[in-house]
Amino acid sequence: MFQLLGIPPQALFGQLLLGLINGSFYALLSLGLAVIFGMLNVVNMAHGALYMVGAFVAWLLLTYLGVGYWGALVLAPLAVGAVGLVLERTMLRRLYKVDHLYGLLLTFGLALIFEGAFRHQYGVSGQPYPIPDLLKGGTNLGFMYLPTYRGWVVATSLLVCFGTWFAIERTKLGAYLRAATENPTLVQAFGINVPVMVSLTYGFGVALAGLAGVLAAPIYQVSPLMGSNLIIVVFAVVVIGGMGSILGAIVTGLGLGLLEGLTKVFYPEASNIVVFVIMAVVLMVKPAGLFGRER
Amino acid sequence: MPDGMQTKTARTGTAMLEIADLHGFYGESHVLHGVSLEVRQGEVVTLLGRNGAGKTSTMRAIMGIMGKRTGSIRFQGTELIGMAQHRIPRLGIGYVPEERGIFSSLSVDENLTLPPVVKEGGMTVPQIHDLFPNLKGRGSTQGTRLSGGEQQMLAIARILRTGATLILLDEPTEGLAPVIIEQIGVAVRALKARGFTIVLVEQNFRFAATIADRHYVMEEGHVVDMIPNDQLHANMDKLHTYLGV
Repeated sequence: MFQLLGIPPQALFGQLLLGLINGSFYALLSLGLAVIFGMLNVVNMAHGALYMVGAFVAWLLLTYLGVGYWGALVLAPLAVGAVGLVLERTMLRRLYKVDHLYGLLLTFGLALIFEGAFRHQYGVSGQPYPIPDLLKGGTNLGFMYLPTYRGWVVATSLLVCFGTWFAIERTKLGAYLRAATENPTLVQAFGINVPVMVSLTYGFGVALAGLAGVLAAPIYQVSPLMGSNLIIVVFAVVVIGGMGSILGAIVTGLGLGLLEGLTKVFYPEASNIVVFVIMAVVLMVKPAGLFGRER
Repeated sequence: MPDGMQTKTARTGTAMLEIADLHGFYGESHVLHGVSLEVRQGEVVTLLGRNGAGKTSTMRAIMGIMGKRTGSIRFQGTELIGMAQHRIPRLGIGYVPEERGIFSSLSVDENLTLPPVVKEGGMTVPQIHDLFPNLKGRGSTQGTRLSGGEQQMLAIARILRTGATLILLDEPTEGLAPVIIEQIGVAVRALKARGFTIVLVEQNFRFAATIADRHYVMEEGHVVDMIPNDQLHANMDKLHTYLGV
């Protein structure tokens, strides 16, 4: 068996795959955050909690209604999106005219409420969620073993991320979104109902978090704390990529996941902090983020 | 009261836009103090006045971009005060803001096709390119990479596609070189010939005099005078006093 820099390839590729999986979740979540921040100027601290709600909706559907993975893949993001619409219409909307900090505080409070409620109901020990039959097993690629479900998560996440990027950067609907991000008043003066667009954007952004939650359910356990564990890293990803940058969120999410995986191979002690070290360096060198524009 | 209605219609004739005793507020500050004016179909009317006289605010009030409005703004008989903001342009009113509002995250083509078509009878993209040849072949350029004059042309051009029949042009010549101002003037006259009704805010009344039918002079948030264009010459002294030039 050959070795790369003294590391057995199984270990290297195994960690890279793990990094890619984490990166897929970073990308999906930071993408939603970027879309929301761009349009609403709200740092959505509830994003991790809504990711957790997505996973729980999948688990509840299976446990109580017998709706399986594929149904949950559609229903859970819709449910989370609907929750998002209600939150935006009833609460967030009132805060657009005041400092951004209030939006952050509100969503942080909402995150605590969501997590507290699920914790109260289901405890902190995770609930197992089975891998769907179709995606069980794996393939030996020669240099590594690829579990089918993990391959599916990476592929789905890439597809959704780049689909979203395409929709925003290359379609008419996306042009409205970009324009309204820059100058909502003028877009409204062209006859577009911007407040509805804002609601739908928030709903879509958190639906992405819900989707990530369903994808995560069979890999990590479904637990009330799964979101808060992840969201801190995701915020670092958003800062590194540049607030509000769509492509930045996707590329940085995947890249940092891989980098974390590599760090685990070469210097495991640093793997938990490498993202934050990079964030500090990026903030010093390019405060607007790698893909961000100075405002 | 059918009789009363008829008299009113007869008196205003083909009035397209009627503003009566319009008061406008941004938060606590009261910026429009009883603006009254009238624009007939096919007319080009300018709002003249010093900085802060309320010209731009009048346009923003028409579009509903203002905290609170009282009084009346009627477009083809429909009251705009109280109407949802995004419905106003859909009646056929196109707005070209002072800062032009070209979107930097959109290409020239995306900027051009952004405002939705609200009525039939708008100009086609080839017709718009004939009017503003500078925009031709620039479609994939980032909107804000155009020169100031080209951005102004783009800001006007994107309204023409929508089928809007009333166009509000806020200082289209501001900061532009004389040769570009000439081009904008040619375009505005072409639009007038096409039957568009145009309300123009201008500081440059020499430019305004070449295209307008009538001039409303504003001071301190209301209209103080109305001068038909053919009497502009006779009223030069008065106008100089109003504008402080």
